[in-house]
Amino acid sequence: MYRYDRTDQQIIDQRVAQYRDQIRRHLAGQLSTDELRPLRLQNGLYIQRHGPMLRIAIPYGMLSATQLRKLAEISRRYDRSVGHFTTRQNMQLNWPKFEETPDILAELASVEMHAVQTSGNCVRNITTDQFAGVAPDELTDPRPYCELLRQWSTFHPEFAFLPRKFKIAVNAATADRAVIRAHDIGLDLIRDDSGEIGFRVFVGGGLGRTPILGKMVREFLPRRHMLSYLEAILRVYNRYGRRDNMYKARIKILVQALGIEDFGRQIEEEWSYQQDGPSTVPDEEFERIARHFDPPARETLPAEDALHAARFRNDRAFANWVRRCVHAHRTPGYAAVTLSLKAPGAAPGDITEAQMIAVADLAERFSFGELRVTHEQNIVLADVRQRDLHEVWQIARRQRLATANIGLLTDMICCPGGDLCALANARSVPIAAAVNEKFDDLDYLYDIGDISLNISGCMNSCGHHHVANIGILGVDKNDEEWYQITVGGQQGNTATIGKVIGPSFYAQEVPEVIEALISVYLEQRTPGERFIDTLQRIGLDPFKARAYVGRDRRRSAKVETRELVNA
Amino acid sequence: MPRIIKHHQIVDDPWQILTLTDGETPGTVALPAAPVLLPLAVWLARRDEILARYQQPGVWLDSDEDPEALAGDIARLTVIGVNFPKFTDGRGYSSARLLRERYHYAGEIRAIGDVLQDQLFFMRRCGIDAYALRPDKNLEQALAGLSVFSETYQAGVDQPQPLFLRRLTEATA
Ligand code: SF4
Repeated sequence: MYRYDRTDQQIIDQRVAQYRDQIRRHLAGQLSTDELRPLRLQNGLYIQRHGPMLRIAIPYGMLSATQLRKLAEISRRYDRSVGHFTTRQNMQLNWPKFEETPDILAELASVEMHAVQTSGNCVRNITTDQFAGVAPDELTDPRPYCELLRQWSTFHPEFAFLPRKFKIAVNAATADRAVIRAHDIGLDLIRDDSGEIGFRVFVGGGLGRTPILGKMVREFLPRRHMLSYLEAILRVYNRYGRRDNMYKARIKILVQALGIEDFGRQIEEEWSYQQDGPSTVPDEEFERIARHFDPPARETLPAEDALHAARFRNDRAFANWVRRCVHAHRTPGYAAVTLSLKAPGAAPGDITEAQMIAVADLAERFSFGELRVTHEQNIVLADVRQRDLHEVWQIARRQRLATANIGLLTDMICCPGGDLCALANARSVPIAAAVNEKFDDLDYLYDIGDISLNISGCMNSCGHHHVANIGILGVDKNDEEWYQITVGGQQGNTATIGKVIGPSFYAQEVPEVIEALISVYLEQRTPGERFIDTLQRIGLDPFKARAYVGRDRRRSAKVETRELVNA
Repeated sequence: MPRIIKHHQIVDDPWQILTLTDGETPGTVALPAAPVLLPLAVWLARRDEILARYQQPGVWLDSDEDPEALAGDIARLTVIGVNFPKFTDGRGYSSARLLRERYHYAGEIRAIGDVLQDQLFFMRRCGIDAYALRPDKNLEQALAGLSVFSETYQAGVDQPQPLFLRRLTEATA
């Protein structure tokens, strides 16, 4: 993975000093609460329901074992020995002390980590495929591009005070696992007919109150132009994005208002001044960064390990885990492993200090000392020998990291919701727990098969409920917690925004409603059909009808649709 | 006399800023004694009169005003003010870069409005070289804001070569 040179380290160290001084001036009364707010947010510090929350950046989800150990240590010394992984592949600490946050940042800087631009109206953490560099369906490793974007966006002087937050994702595989069209800019790495590497550029996607999929603004952008072209997009957005109404300030609203053709023309015009300027990236720079991501020293192994195959045949629990949590790898004899952070009873995406240490150990022993955080809030060990899988499974099982539910109903994406988040309309973690309780039978889950269920506590949609087969959204009706359900959303190449099935439900009803939706699928499916396939074939109505059987919902819910802004 | 930060120093500064108040129009507002930064609308309405009257004309741009409006006269202006109505309004950064990089303005660009210590570094990188801080702020302390980082990744007005190009030169030197 990318390692800092002297300059990278110096920049991060100076950031810590800057932040420490800002906190000092604030405590000394020289920097008001309002003046500090955007500054601390650009350092990941929120003031939440119970106090401060610190969001630590994990650039494109990559962590070393050493870094994870440091996170474990920080969680113990400065928090409550638990961290939470987010859909931007970052980690949140929910109980730090305000005065100690500069010390936490200094600790992070000692392992080449930071909290830069994890919030605020600036370019946020770049995200990508958790299987980058090992996926069999990949054109090229997307991480060097992400790293280049990380450096370019870090303290960009022109774009630190955009109209609103700005999210970029990069995909380089046949199957998009980074939901690029749900981002302000989605970059799809492709090759043109001459074999040159470049990007298909999507712009104006986003979830939140107005979910929209990104539109293609350029069919092919040679990679050397990536920074100047992005600067052109950001400049047009910075100058013309709406600032009078924060609910309409994302770039998607500007793209919608202008139309993609007109918006594209403005970008091209702006870019014509910057094209071939000094921000043009030479091949040597791509190669320099790419060397940081050279494959580790893998062994030459047979495609199938006999011992592993025998264990797979003879141990049913192990085989179930392999089926759900082990993924294809481009190198024979190797596999990628997802460690599930969705064990029954655990808050989705939460990881305890002990688990962090255990995962760091696993990464060191079995996966070249590296790991990845997924946007589905799990962890991936990307380079495990097949013959080690059984041992990894046994160790992970002891740490409750081997629930064989990846891609199943209980592998829910879930935001922290009303238990912690100041903006929430409703709690989300108890809903996840209730779903887990209702669907506690693994065989039943396997029978249901591939399905996605995502939960957001409010319209900000941190839980990506819009792109789930079943999405649950917390809404506030007369100070009571209600939940609106959408179906038919998808991520991936066929990304789709789900549709609301009707009036919202009480918390207690949610698991029953999900069961009702599932039962329609189980009755109607044809062999080989997933939930989403059946839904697309037979349409929404049968699901809708079943969900409301026996429920009197004449009074339709008034849904709170304001998207709130973090403080 | 009010003081500002200019070229990394605190200096006395006589420039006034003219703002149109209710009832005043660009065509009729009285032009004050020099030196003064005039609103763009006044400049556009009375360019020749202003050029005849002031040896060192100055204009200020609000955050929603397009620097292109000054492109044709850029060499005649002594000071261009870039207004930050709120420090969270980042349009002025783009305006300053455009003035320098696209219209090749070589005179003073002065940040006016809600100008605070923690934005000075970004402003400097975008080509702003004078800073009229909000009056309640301590200028001596704010000076530190100009030099928070000793290295930067991206190209800027202060450093037209992005770090990656300089890294490559270093590696091959
Ligand atoms: S979706 Fe809403 S409740 Fe959930 S974390 Fe985001 S802002 Fe908070």
